[in-house]
Amino acid sequence: MDSRLLPLGEHALLVELGGTDEVLTATAALGRLAAAGHGVWRGVEDLLPAARTVLITLRPGTQLSRLRSQVQALLSDLAVSADRGQSRQVEIEVVYDGPDLADVARHTGLTAQEVIEAHTGTPWRVGFTGFAPGFGYLVGGDPRLRVPRLATPRKSVPAGSVALAGDYSGIYPRSSPGGWQLIGRTSAVLWDLAQDPPALLTPGTIVTFRAVPS
Amino acid sequence: MSRSHLEILQTGPLALIQDRGRIGHLAIGVGRSGAADLGAHALANRLLGNPAGAASIECTLGGLRVRSHGRSTVCLTGAPAVVSVDSRPVGHGALVELPDGATLTVGMPPNGARTYLAVRGGIAVPRVLGSRATDTLSGIGPAPLRPGDRLRVGRTPRRLPHVEAAPTARPWPAEVTLRVLPGPRAHWFQDPDALARTPWTVSSASDRRGVRLHGIPLQRNETHAALELPSEGMVRGAIQVPPSGEPVILLNDHPVTGGYPVIGVLLSADVDRVAQLTPTGRVQFRWVASVA
Repeated sequence: MDSRLLPLGEHALLVELGGTDEVLTATAALGRLAAAGHGVWRGVEDLLPAARTVLITLRPGTQLSRLRSQVQALLSDLAVSADRGQSRQVEIEVVYDGPDLADVARHTGLTAQEVIEAHTGTPWRVGFTGFAPGFGYLVGGDPRLRVPRLATPRKSVPAGSVALAGDYSGIYPRSSPGGWQLIGRTSAVLWDLAQDPPALLTPGTIVTFRAVPS
Repeated sequence: MSRSHLEILQTGPLALIQDRGRIGHLAIGVGRSGAADLGAHALANRLLGNPAGAASIECTLGGLRVRSHGRSTVCLTGAPAVVSVDSRPVGHGALVELPDGATLTVGMPPNGARTYLAVRGGIAVPRVLGSRATDTLSGIGPAPLRPGDRLRVGRTPRRLPHVEAAPTARPWPAEVTLRVLPGPRAHWFQDPDALARTPWTVSSASDRRGVRLHGIPLQRNETHAALELPSEGMVRGAIQVPPSGEPVILLNDHPVTGGYPVIGVLLSADVDRVAQLTPTGRVQFRWVASVA
């Protein structure tokens, strides 16, 4: 796959890729090598997939230039595959009564019921995380659900709010400010420090939404 | 025999438990956190004979008062402040014995922002995701310290301290020069050298997430003027440039991803100095490699 290795200081490397599929494939491949820990791969401390990039952080003392050439070689031989290393499946029950459901329907030209059917009709996948611990950016949903962010973000979005913005869907793990359009709510626990991992949604997890009555 | 503990009598603006940080959880949105001045924190542990993973108290702008229950040995590093034990002044970067019932007071440092108070045995609060660090962004880790908190001291390490004091020759100049490597988005800017030419001052809106700077705003070039950057991974020491054009140097509690372009990244040896900057402090950048 095509990739660009961008500099990010002495102890990190930023790999720029085509999109989420490439990012998930590359993260899985890098993760396997880092876990095996042979040679210079032992120097990989952590990996962070994002929308179009994978951040590789290095342990102190790791030779950046050596790892760089290894990463380059790995990615040039790598094809985007369905094997994304992890295929954990999660079903999330949602009460679709969000304050922005009507606006989303208006914007997409669908009825509210059609929005719900579109949201529950296609499995989503956690492309990457960020924003807050436990927040997963869900990709691969119904393309008709593309909506802009709110012009003015809300000061407080309740925990468990199910939302849309751009091509993404997401669930707020805890109460926080937020600019996504809220279509429903879930009682699923997205972040629990007593669990390992504490996040319900980790990169690669397949997420299916199911409508339930309030 | 019950182990000794430290009782917090008073805190200044902010007192936190910190260690080397929380490693390996970026993909679930949890950043590294940890001591903002890692060098000062590590020095205190070394002087005390503590393992490198031991936790200390990061005291921002002084104002900390602690009582020792049972005997303990402590060490202060980082921003030098007037420190006293029961009104008797004690040294910086040196081992200090606290008898049972003694009160240690950390004054406001005349220079620098963060003083570290470490204890032989380390602060033994439970670890969260492998670390005792308080992440002020996500709220993970122990809560900021408050009067009345009692902090258990960990088991005394077998290793004996082998030096009694370390000369802290680090100068505290009015202006710091920070060395920068080109970042992933350096070519988004009209004139990346403007970063090094511009005198910057530290904004009072700085914290453990990042140190904000004031100065002549940096301009993006035409190709990238209106471009939105999909969020990407960030690191401590990265210099992010938000739409205002005034750079922010990311510190330990930065969000794991960010949507503003990173023009450069500090040499890691220089990030500790950023952690000691105070509002109105002056910053000069120096590129140590050319922007390709």
